[in-house]
Amino acid sequence: MQLRDTIKTAFAGLVVHKSRSVLTILGIVIGITSITIVMSVGEGAQSYILGEIHRFGPNNVFILPGKFPTGPTSGMGSLLNDSLKLEDIKDLELKNNVPQAVKVVPFVFGSVPVSFENELQRMMVMGSVPQSQEIFNLEVERGRYFDQFDLDSHARVAVIGSTIAEDYFGTIDPLRHKLKIKGFNFEVVGVLASKGQGSFINYNKSVLTPYTSIQTDVLGIKYFQRVAVEAESEEAIPAVIEDIKRVLRDNHNISDPDKDDFTIQTQEDIAQRVGTITGILTVLLASVAAISLIVGGVGIMNIMFVSVTERTKEIGLRKALGATNRNILAQFLVEAAVLTISGGIVGIAAGVVLTYGATVAVQRFAEINFPFSFSVNGMILGIVVSTSIGLIFGIFPARHAAQKQPVEALRSG
Amino acid sequence: MPLIKTEHLEKTYVGDGVETQALRDISLSINEGEFITIMGPSGSGKSTLMQILGCLDRPTGGKYFFEEREVNTYSDDELAHIRNKKIGFVFQAFNLLPRVSVLENVMMPLMYARIPARERERKARQVIEMVELSDRVDYHTSRLSGGQKQRVAIARALITEPKVIFADEPTGNLDSKSGEVVLKFLQELNDEGHTIVVVTHESYVAQAARRILHIIDGTIDKDEAVERQRIIAKEGFIK
Repeated sequence: MQLRDTIKTAFAGLVVHKSRSVLTILGIVIGITSITIVMSVGEGAQSYILGEIHRFGPNNVFILPGKFPTGPTSGMGSLLNDSLKLEDIKDLELKNNVPQAVKVVPFVFGSVPVSFENELQRMMVMGSVPQSQEIFNLEVERGRYFDQFDLDSHARVAVIGSTIAEDYFGTIDPLRHKLKIKGFNFEVVGVLASKGQGSFINYNKSVLTPYTSIQTDVLGIKYFQRVAVEAESEEAIPAVIEDIKRVLRDNHNISDPDKDDFTIQTQEDIAQRVGTITGILTVLLASVAAISLIVGGVGIMNIMFVSVTERTKEIGLRKALGATNRNILAQFLVEAAVLTISGGIVGIAAGVVLTYGATVAVQRFAEINFPFSFSVNGMILGIVVSTSIGLIFGIFPARHAAQKQPVEALRSG
Repeated sequence: MPLIKTEHLEKTYVGDGVETQALRDISLSINEGEFITIMGPSGSGKSTLMQILGCLDRPTGGKYFFEEREVNTYSDDELAHIRNKKIGFVFQAFNLLPRVSVLENVMMPLMYARIPARERERKARQVIEMVELSDRVDYHTSRLSGGQKQRVAIARALITEPKVIFADEPTGNLDSKSGEVVLKFLQELNDEGHTIVVVTHESYVAQAARRILHIIDGTIDKDEAVERQRIIAKEGFIK
């Protein structure tokens, strides 16, 4: 018996029991739908996050104090490290040292109490240099950003995010009012334009000042927690990294690269790490969805057993007319596979439609520019998984059918 | 040369620890071209005998030679091929696939014989014409009358050009007119050289045969030649 006949026979067997076939594959449909959604949303999330990172400027290189963070907790550890000093910044800024660097922007930051009249909240306060405006791509709605003069004179001036402006000042114009940051009075000189959600730092809720005004007074530190270095082009990044390493090792008297007390991160590194995290999450969620596939597979097995029992007479007849055990096995196995594969196809289609719907809803209602993504891997996985389920869970009923003796099969019913 | 030969054939069923002997000490031989009726009351074991002779079941004792080779030496697959190529079956309950056309039903044995689809259809149309059902080729079998269904079954049994056709109570579910037609076809097939084995409990069916084997209580009671075979096509039969 040729494969084409086997498939035709299997189809005919399923079409005779249309509604049963449809109900049988429901479990598989649900399972494959969830896997498709999880994979597609996972892929969408990844490309969204990567997009956010790249929006931050692909030419930026970050210097973190401390040893290369490898574990989940070492990121915290690096914040406590004090290896990046002002002299390092000054040396990095020298054109001779890092010729292909365009900007060197150091940061300090901390969560500190900020108050205006009766309002008091803990806020993200960030101190930097005026160039931070460009690096973060910030737009000032009212007033001005702090400038070099503010920086040099340790001026207690602050630029506040739009949410803070609303929460603290309401209808009052915040400009020239004083905010108390950890007891020190800072004059509001600018209000940022509201920036869309989805960035890692919520600028709408941040207070930005010259680093000179908060580093020692407010935060009580003598080092920098981050330094962003902008390379003149993406191609220049490796050279910039090498230059930075050389300068810092020189300054810190490090001869063995294994003993570096700083870490250099490119956008590429961050992107990779984010990719790993979303990848793990996707696998995790997909595994949960896979459980429903097993349940669906058991359902198929059940129905196939019922079907084999019901069709004992047909099996007997086919055997009497010359079907071998293998022919019968193939017929029922292909029936199971056809069921699960169609379940898989329907599931993939449903998954794509639902993902699209959800993406549109998120874009419209949450105003997050979450991209619609169709996971080809998810589709391939769905087809492979549903086929294997059909074969795995179909094999027992099919063998049961094949092993029926022709005479027993004919006698029944 | 005997097509079918048995030596002290036995069949014992074991159910719930109780042994039931359905057949004992059956020794017979059937030559090619015979038209034989196996007759006996219900429960006599005649159907069991037919199932063993038709290679649907295996004996539990004695020997069965099909074309001079002992059947117990065949594997399941080989038996399937024998049933496919050398044996045709006609059952009392017709055993057609419902919701499938006459053509598809008749073609089925050729599918298992790996005959190309085009050839299958050509042959099927031929045998369907022989049983005079050409105008029903595309009908679903559930829409046919009992007599028509049995003719489809005969066409199906015939399509592989088997050496022997086993018919188990072929007229059992039919009115006498339809039964007559079925027997007429079987007789015609016999005239063309097919070996025919009909199992029945109705003595009038046996009139069509040339030899009658009486089975009682699982063993051969009498093996008689029919003096004058009744030609159904000309004479009909007397109930």
